[in-house]
Amino acid sequence: MTAQKNRGALSIRNVTKIYDPEGVNVMAVDNCSMEIAAGEVCMIVGPSGCGKTTLLNAIAGFHSITHGEILLDGEMLCGPGKPKADMGAERMVVFQHGALFPWKTLAENVAYGPIVQGVLPKKQALEKAREMLAEAGIGNVLDKYPGEVSSGMSRRAEIVRALINDPKVLLLDEPYRAMDALTKSIMHESLLETYDRTKVTIFFITHDLEEAIFLGDKVHVVTTRPCQLKKTVEVNIPRPRSYETQSSEEFRILMEEVNEAVHEEAIKAFQAGERELA
Amino acid sequence: MSQTAATTTVPKLTKAPTGLALFFYRIGKSFQTPTPYLTIFGVALWLFTWWLLCEGLKVDRFDKIPGPVAVSKDLFSFTPFQGISIFTEEFYNHIMVSCRRIAIAFAIATGVGVPLGLFMGWSRRIRDYAFPILETLRPIPILAWVPLSILMFPGFEAPVIFLATLASLFVTALNTMLGVDSIDEEYFRAAGCLGSSNWDIFKNVVVPGALPFVFTGLQISIGVAWFSLVAAEMVSGDHGLGYLIVDSYMNNVTVPMVIGMITLGFIGWFTSILVRMLGNWLMQWHVKALALQGR
Repeated sequence: MTAQKNRGALSIRNVTKIYDPEGVNVMAVDNCSMEIAAGEVCMIVGPSGCGKTTLLNAIAGFHSITHGEILLDGEMLCGPGKPKADMGAERMVVFQHGALFPWKTLAENVAYGPIVQGVLPKKQALEKAREMLAEAGIGNVLDKYPGEVSSGMSRRAEIVRALINDPKVLLLDEPYRAMDALTKSIMHESLLETYDRTKVTIFFITHDLEEAIFLGDKVHVVTTRPCQLKKTVEVNIPRPRSYETQSSEEFRILMEEVNEAVHEEAIKAFQAGERELA
Repeated sequence: MSQTAATTTVPKLTKAPTGLALFFYRIGKSFQTPTPYLTIFGVALWLFTWWLLCEGLKVDRFDKIPGPVAVSKDLFSFTPFQGISIFTEEFYNHIMVSCRRIAIAFAIATGVGVPLGLFMGWSRRIRDYAFPILETLRPIPILAWVPLSILMFPGFEAPVIFLATLASLFVTALNTMLGVDSIDEEYFRAAGCLGSSNWDIFKNVVVPGALPFVFTGLQISIGVAWFSLVAAEMVSGDHGLGYLIVDSYMNNVTVPMVIGMITLGFIGWFTSILVRMLGNWLMQWHVKALALQGR
């Protein structure tokens, strides 16, 4: 993997998304704008069901948007006249519940992208997949099926499956949500290590504030539905970061700052009591 | 504390058995659970009740039904009193004829039903075309098709095979379609992200994702094929287990009738096991995941 410097800049400009289930308009995202620089780790924090995932789905090309535009490195993904972006390997998604194909082994899963894109022949793709999985520290379970390994391992394999395609942006939708705190901390360190190596742009959705500050360059706090940018907090803790970072004074101060902004929204979201949108 | 810990004996770890050794290991292990004993007891109780009703107490109207003693006497006799035993060629002839019909019917039903179900699940348009027709035809009982099938097809074989095919086709197609429906949307999205063409998605997501449901469907469909086959053989047919049952009844020989029923049960069970084994062999990922959940 070559380190990237000047690719993967995302511009989200005035994006609005209105769902129309059964003729009742629901505004999920309202005039939301944010700029994500190339090679930045951008954390999106907000209450559950606020429309963060809608934003991610729009970038990935799973959903259309109603207004506004999204650009990747100056090229329009979706916008006026083209409401839905095409799916593509330069924007790789790591899903909330994990979406490794359960019927393929970890190595086959990782090799899948290069094979179907015709980048590598099958044999070489599998070889590369094995190398990359070994590099990520899961070389001992290459030929196991996702159902046989721990959630931590399968999540790591899923990130490798994304990275093998050399994406410009990695889109992560609360990937560590269901994990216990100990596994989570190991996953964080491994993601940071991966980031330091590849410098891929990361768009990471979470509602875990510690996670957001520990991993991110910027933390974007968004409002409850409809989703708007409320506050951006810069995290100036130098990299490489390690587990000890989390007990430092500056970490604590940032926590307070983010917490204050999020808490207000959490209360609003709770009082609204609306069901989460897909 | 430390002393008690030291006296604990650690069981000696041996290499995991494989192949035939594994088979015997499992059998040996299963005798340590109540399962085989309960099964034996259950079968014995059932046989005893049968014997009691028909031969022991000779309850009114049951006394005309052959009991287990009469049936097994004939079944294992070189010169069966009522014509059918495991040593007569005719017995195997009936089995062969029925099995061949099932094999053809099941092959056609699977060959048509699985692709039909896959495409119906995958493409909205194909579902809109085919599903209403399927749903209208499905509730029509197989026996209602008998006259039509005799008019449509010549001879004895074709109508019987048609009826068995029809019944299992519906089950297979419907289960396959539900199998595709059951695939999590995120697998489609992940495949799309990774740069798959539609055909890649069909091969790598739709087909393997639907397989667990497909094989559940096939296990049901082979059962359905057996009972519609027998129904068809009873009405039109010149051989086969269904024919044996009805022919024995017509000729007032009740033992072959019961032999036909029991044989049918066992062969039906056996074919169902074959389908399940094929499924498990094709879906190692599924079997392993279930095993880790303790199932």
